[in-house]
Amino acid sequence: MALARRALLVTLRRPQFLAPLLIFPTLLLAVNTGGLSQATALPGFPTIDGQPPAFFDFQIAAAMSQSLLLGGVGTGIAVALELEMGFFERLVAAPIPRVSIVFGRLLAAAVIACFQLSWFVLLGLVFGSGIHDGIPGLLIVCGIGALAGIGFAGIGVTLALRAGNASTVQGFFPLVFVILFLSSAFFPEALLSSPADVIAHYNPLSYVANGMRAPIIGYGGTRAVLEGFAAAFGLAVLFAATATHALHGRLRAG
Amino acid sequence: MSERQVVPALIRRALNELIRVPGAAIPGVLAPTIFMLGLTAVFGQVTHLPGFEGVDQYIAFVLPVGLLQGAGFTGAATGVNMARDIEQGWFDRLLLAPVSRPMLLAGIVGSAALRALIPTTTLVLVGIAFGVKFPSLAEIFIAASLVMILAASTACWGAIIALKFRTQQAAPLMQIGSFVAVLFTAAYAPMEMLKPWMHAIATVNPVNYILAGVRQGFIGEVTWSDTWPAYAAGLGLLAVLATFAVRGMRRTGQ
Repeated sequence: MALARRALLVTLRRPQFLAPLLIFPTLLLAVNTGGLSQATALPGFPTIDGQPPAFFDFQIAAAMSQSLLLGGVGTGIAVALELEMGFFERLVAAPIPRVSIVFGRLLAAAVIACFQLSWFVLLGLVFGSGIHDGIPGLLIVCGIGALAGIGFAGIGVTLALRAGNASTVQGFFPLVFVILFLSSAFFPEALLSSPADVIAHYNPLSYVANGMRAPIIGYGGTRAVLEGFAAAFGLAVLFAATATHALHGRLRAG
Repeated sequence: MSERQVVPALIRRALNELIRVPGAAIPGVLAPTIFMLGLTAVFGQVTHLPGFEGVDQYIAFVLPVGLLQGAGFTGAATGVNMARDIEQGWFDRLLLAPVSRPMLLAGIVGSAALRALIPTTTLVLVGIAFGVKFPSLAEIFIAASLVMILAASTACWGAIIALKFRTQQAAPLMQIGSFVAVLFTAAYAPMEMLKPWMHAIATVNPVNYILAGVRQGFIGEVTWSDTWPAYAAGLGLLAVLATFAVRGMRRTGQ
């Protein structure tokens, strides 16, 4: 808990790390909405009671997903910087369980993820229709988002522990957009071009985005929510395990 | 060395960096390529909407956006390099040389204009590989020259920020400037399809006219009515930003 609190405080004290997680997805949300709002008229776009949702509301889950992915890169950079500056060695020397180094980071990532999601919920309340399913819907969004945030942070921590330097982790930044574009975060799977639609079907981010979108626009129902939770939980477990494995590997290497 | 020899010497120095560190050019090429292919995969179906008449492939519509993003990244990278030179003291030595400030700026900005041809060439080749029609010599000349003008403008923007903050940590400010300028235009859809607020921004955004000038050859025929506003907007933007950059250079060291 102390390590999680420290990671959280360090992030909050450095707004230059936190701001890009919100600014870039917000700008892209504005650009997508301002440019392609008429895309909801395409045949095959989801409808609720015969009417398509506002494109802004549809895009909020995409902005959340992008922000969470960027948060994962940010966590990786923070861990890599600790390695470069020697703080990691001091943590290893401390009389604490070694896995708490990883799990402290992941817990902090979950809290930061909730903060990121709150920003986009706020935007939805101001510029969109809010959350269709109300407070329970908000809890679902936070639950899926926090789990996915742990998963993406796990990817960042794994990369940082394997690479040992921040510039290598930073080099994975363009991959964020590859993962995003090859998912149904921005657009319904049925309307994606081939082969992006096939890849999106197997991309867990599609299910995370659809799971968060379901309570926001009121489309997809329980199935989308459960799939979202399952995908986010799977990501969290898998990448917490790879991060722990990478930690043990680094400790073995001395 | 005469003043006129300084400009090519500075351009040569910047281009030498590319030969010595070829990896430095990769992000400026990779990011717009991912963006162009990603947008095509995700939003490719929007060409079926009314308003996209005459546009057969979305990739031809967004290729020019990628070209301008490449120019933006190159200009921002030039600003970051300048900030590095300021941090390391090399820029102070440059200012001691018996060369006027505008000439120093011309060398730095000229290198950005030339470097922008690397992402331009790559993106056009990738676009052609994905079915974009092979442009004529006139179309290539107009597109390349407008991209170079925008790269020079964003390099001036980068120089203004570098001279103001004197640190590489200001890099996000350099990048976000070009990101906003390029995307808050008719980047994703024709002007008549934009939301009113986006339409209003695009109308006063000079980069929108540059985009129209670059785009015309990829989706139709080159016309005078799209060409002269593009050059007027590009050269006007360059003149304004260069004035502020020269002002910043004159104040430096005083």
